Amino acid sequence: MSWVYRKISSATFIGYAIFMAILLFMPYILPRQHFILLSYGIAYAIAALGFNLLATYTGLISFGHGAFFAAGAYAVAMIARYAPQYYSFKVVFPAAILSALLLSAFFGAICIRHTRLFFAILTLALTMLVYVPLVKFYYITGGSDGLRVPLPGANMNRLEFLADVYWYFLLASFAAALAIMRLIVTSPFGKALQAIRDNEVRAELVGIPVKRYKFYAFVISGTFTGYAGALWSIINGQVTPEIADWLFSGEIVYMTLLGGLGSFSGPVIGAVLFTYIKLYAMGYTEYWMLLMGATIVVLTLLLPSGIVGGVKSLERLIFKRRGVQSAGG
Amino acid sequence: MLVAKDLKKYFGNVRAVDHVNFEIKENEIVALVGSNGAGKTTFINLISGYLKPDSGKIYFMGKEITYLSPVARTKLGIGRSFQTPSLFENNTVLDNVRIALLSIRRKTGEPLKPVDAYEEITKEAQEILSLFGLLDKADLYPTQLPEGDRKILDVAIAFSLQPKLLLLDEPTAGVATKDKFKVMDTLTSVLREKKSSALIVEHDMDVVENYSDRVAVMHSGRIIAEGKPQEILEDKNVKSVLFGR
Repeated sequence: MSWVYRKISSATFIGYAIFMAILLFMPYILPRQHFILLSYGIAYAIAALGFNLLATYTGLISFGHGAFFAAGAYAVAMIARYAPQYYSFKVVFPAAILSALLLSAFFGAICIRHTRLFFAILTLALTMLVYVPLVKFYYITGGSDGLRVPLPGANMNRLEFLADVYWYFLLASFAAALAIMRLIVTSPFGKALQAIRDNEVRAELVGIPVKRYKFYAFVISGTFTGYAGALWSIINGQVTPEIADWLFSGEIVYMTLLGGLGSFSGPVIGAVLFTYIKLYAMGYTEYWMLLMGATIVVLTLLLPSGIVGGVKSLERLIFKRRGVQSAGG
Repeated sequence: MLVAKDLKKYFGNVRAVDHVNFEIKENEIVALVGSNGAGKTTFINLISGYLKPDSGKIYFMGKEITYLSPVARTKLGIGRSFQTPSLFENNTVLDNVRIALLSIRRKTGEPLKPVDAYEEITKEAQEILSLFGLLDKADLYPTQLPEGDRKILDVAIAFSLQPKLLLLDEPTAGVATKDKFKVMDTLTSVLREKKSSALIVEHDMDVVENYSDRVAVMHSGRIIAEGKPQEILEDKNVKSVLFGR
């Protein structure tokens, strides 16, 4: 088990541990509005981590992750509405995971036979199969008004609840998601996914079961996103069909691109930043979507590898210059 | 070891492989020669499962594999390299070989233990890279390698699968003359040691003559001659097909 010791003594692990320790004190540091925004950001970060496994490590861009997010969120809301006697942490989160897992297995079985554009279009089309019933079957789903999500088993003010027990639960979920995802991408399974991303034909000819592994990656990715949806629903207090719309799936893509496709920390940074950018853009102008669109254009042209990629490039440039200077001096 | 019976693959009017009967015995290195467009690569693609034949059958170690997937054929012991290097471009040179080793050791299903924890696989990958003279480039990415080294890495990946039958599509094309014989020496000595067989598609007649036990000549999708390298390469018909004289 020497690898376990090496792992926990690595700079990356220590970095993440410090980051998590700082987050623990956020309810006492941040003003309430920013704290709630950060909570949203953390939930989105888990969704983006799931999306990242598929996009960065398997090379598949999905525009259907909103459906999995909705599967998790609606599982929580449905239990609250139709089986309130079972409405507790112990029931709603496993139920959310199961519903996202089943939905992503269904989507995956259809989509993974296809690649690139066809894969993306299929995921986009399938997400609408979830969105439309959520809007139309209003007597079950609440239609466009959605469903209310009460606090599970707590007689507290919502803000107090979110800054207390729920914040630590959210952080524990986030830490577990980070750890599991890190383990997956550095494991032989993660390497096999990266081999598939790089060269499907060669991957198959070294004996990697390409379609089966793509399916697994899709299901893991969807389940992470569904779990994020469940966490988000309790912060939001309401679920509406917009989260199953392909536009919301686009927002998950946006978060990952903003932080940096191709890095591990990128989606986390992107998700938190996205929450702030969206809120301030919405407060600033009614044309906030135009503003968001403009940022994605600027990002694609100037920072194609996202914020994390940009910082890394800058770092390389500085080190290179220093190297040249010291060599010259 | 490998038997192809009446194998046929047409692309429209082009008869890429035209009712070919062919056999490779155990511990035998066979060179497949022929002019461009003779059907050599299509034949290798049919054996590796990359293409499916229109008709005919392929048997490997007594088992019919005609419609088996490439993954199943790799697991049975058929490995291949490509005419144009087919690599995992965003993985390091070391990882290119490690991926093949992890796959053949059936470890790729392991989702929670880091690759670095498989020290014996890393060591084996380093030994293979050392064998092919790529150990000092282990941390580079394939895009940072010269074309000759990319070709050698492609062969090293196929080799690391420890196949019973290795299909090599022009393994020395693009490799510097000084390295060509070194690569072939390494390959053939390990193939002999492991009692593996190989089918080598090759244009370089020095390689064919020095490293193969048998030569098969392909022309317009058919095998037109087979035999010992010296005899075949001296044959008038073969000379006319291969060299136009």
